[in-house]
Amino acid sequence: MKLLLKGGRVVDPAAGRDGEFDVLIEDGRIARIAKSVPADGADVIAVKPGWIVAPGLIDIHVHLREPGQEHKETIATGAASAVAGGFTAVACMPNTDPVNDHPGVTQLILRKAAEAGGARVYPIGAVSIGSRGEQLAELAAQKAAGCVAFTDDGRPVATALLMRRALEYAGMLGVPIVDHCEDPSLKGDGVAHEGFHAARLGLRGIPGVAESIAVERGIALAEITGGAFHVAHMSARQSVRAVRDAKMRGARTVTCEVAPHHFVLTDEALETPIRYDTNVKMNPPLREAADRDAMLEGIADGTVDVIATDHAPHHADEKLVEFDRAPFGIVGLETCVPLVFDRLVHAGRIGIRRAVELLSTNPARVFHLPGGSLADGAAADVTILDPDARVVVRAAELKSKSKNTPFDGWELKGGVVATIVGGTVVYRNGQLL
Amino acid sequence: MTLKSRHLLGIADLDPEEIGLILETADAMTEIAARPIKKVPALRGRTVVNLFFEPSTRTRTSFEVAEKRLSADTLSIAVAQSSVTKGETLLDTVRNLEAMAPDMIVMRHGSSGAPHLLARLCRSAIINAGDGMHEHPTQALLDAFTIREHKKRLDGLKVAIVGDLLHSRVLRSNVHLLNKMGANVWACGPTTLMPSDLARFGVRPTASIDEAIDEADVIMMLRIQHERMHGHFIPSTREYFTLFGLTPARVARAKPDVIIMHPGPMNRGVEIDSDVADGPYSVILEQVANGVAVRMAVLYLLAGQEAQAD
Repeated sequence: MKLLLKGGRVVDPAAGRDGEFDVLIEDGRIARIAKSVPADGADVIAVKPGWIVAPGLIDIHVHLREPGQEHKETIATGAASAVAGGFTAVACMPNTDPVNDHPGVTQLILRKAAEAGGARVYPIGAVSIGSRGEQLAELAAQKAAGCVAFTDDGRPVATALLMRRALEYAGMLGVPIVDHCEDPSLKGDGVAHEGFHAARLGLRGIPGVAESIAVERGIALAEITGGAFHVAHMSARQSVRAVRDAKMRGARTVTCEVAPHHFVLTDEALETPIRYDTNVKMNPPLREAADRDAMLEGIADGTVDVIATDHAPHHADEKLVEFDRAPFGIVGLETCVPLVFDRLVHAGRIGIRRAVELLSTNPARVFHLPGGSLADGAAADVTILDPDARVVVRAAELKSKSKNTPFDGWELKGGVVATIVGGTVVYRNGQLL
Repeated sequence: MTLKSRHLLGIADLDPEEIGLILETADAMTEIAARPIKKVPALRGRTVVNLFFEPSTRTRTSFEVAEKRLSADTLSIAVAQSSVTKGETLLDTVRNLEAMAPDMIVMRHGSSGAPHLLARLCRSAIINAGDGMHEHPTQALLDAFTIREHKKRLDGLKVAIVGDLLHSRVLRSNVHLLNKMGANVWACGPTTLMPSDLARFGVRPTASIDEAIDEADVIMMLRIQHERMHGHFIPSTREYFTLFGLTPARVARAKPDVIIMHPGPMNRGVEIDSDVADGPYSVILEQVANGVAVRMAVLYLLAGQEAQAD
């Protein structure tokens, strides 16, 4: 079984490669990358000039909802949504039902993922049993079962003491702690960013500092423990500043991610085009323009390590309720690449090389995952991108089981041509294969 | 002239001409209340559902009286969260009611934006009778009507609104309305109970009641809920009264012909001294009386919209 990607621009920051190359895949692995590789009996994908051949994209923050909430998403539909969005691998959050705090759940997820095909699925285990913040989960057993990181996502790591111990213990195992950074007392029963728009609409607010205080806590504890601390879905300008300052003073174990909606949208979306649209309700919330701009700066200046979607599918019925009763979250896997191209690359904020870093190189590095580079002999996870593709987002056509996106109808420039996992083309020209 | 929308969701959506139209129509409606037989056939054959998800005496009664005076068939439902606790969604509750073909739904709901959800997805005309902390448009209209009765105008007046600004839908609707009609609004309360970016609402924010009511033409007091102590908003109602309570001594700073308003229900001794509430400047009971005329005007004008849509 041979596959030749003929032509196109290979962008692989980890290998320091950026130029016109052919990529030969043999038996699921990268066999050769060279200027002109003869077909020699291989199936050929003609990569058009201007298209990008990138190491497979990796989303380290998705909610696949299985086990327990299969009406929102399953591992199979989530993995399909991932490859349709250009992701060859995803890391899935443990806030399932039951919570993934036990190797039995991890094994179930891995088995379902193997049956499903599509993207590779890396489970993230809970920091504490039931994510209740009371007792540390068996992190070593979870690592052995296949967990690549730990978090109580959906909730913050409950106390500073638990965070300290988790960083120490997971640090011993070489696994990062991911925190949904949020001070529960400041968040209160808030449903939207505390600012002018929420105030005008009479929605209870969540201030930016509810996040940044917890970011500062994590950084302080990472610095004394040496454990790897990763900030999930950063949204507040104060958080960007905290991470930037930490990195400037040499805190090498601190990393962070930003979700596309936080560098694209602001809290103005609460009022336009639809007032009280529950598809703009997420946690952390869409914040004000200064926060959105801080995300863009952090992405451009290197403060931000990773773009991750926080793909959070919810059933239409669950979102078709009063704003304060609706669950937080939107789907993100299939809109990420177009938003990155349109709002970051074509807007002149970053180059394509940096985009690949944010979507592939760094996610692999932060979670110590295989992939993130097209090295000789590595598993052939490849994403082919067309920066100039005209994309119209159609919620109804998403491969995800849920359609809760605020980007329905958006016209964007930049899309996914094909997704290759382990040498097999699993998605091409809009079709799952 | 008619209203542009078939719903009344908030003052934010009205322009000054529409507000003027409602107030002028309400003028005509007050005449009906003076007749021996207080009934006209304007809404005969129309069905209005009053759907109240929050307790309300004043507003619900006021709407009911207004509907009956216009000869509408009315139906009042107090949903003590019963359907909700059985798992039925708001949308399903309303669609079930709609199956019985009402023309208008007057709704009060604890969630901001709940009437906007219905206006987007249901057939009936929706009248917002108070949504969460967002708007209470008929309250602001009856307040404006009351002010106009006394001052003959709204523009150029100094209006001080004092109290729990953060949680108040009355504040939000009144600020929209008074700004559109050219009044100067001062918003006063403890800093803990001010919405973010209050100045961007187009008001002068202050934590000093003396500054707010100095030379004021109108003082509007807002209710302080006792449970606000729990969110660390205020230490005690006693301390609140010391700092923000409206006393006769404070009223003396306002204009000699000041009027004092309160949307009710009042907490005597918490936000307002009884001597002020029952005193010569108080127009609190006039507000209640005017509520009926203003709601008749709203129902009448929206029914006209419905007829056009038919």
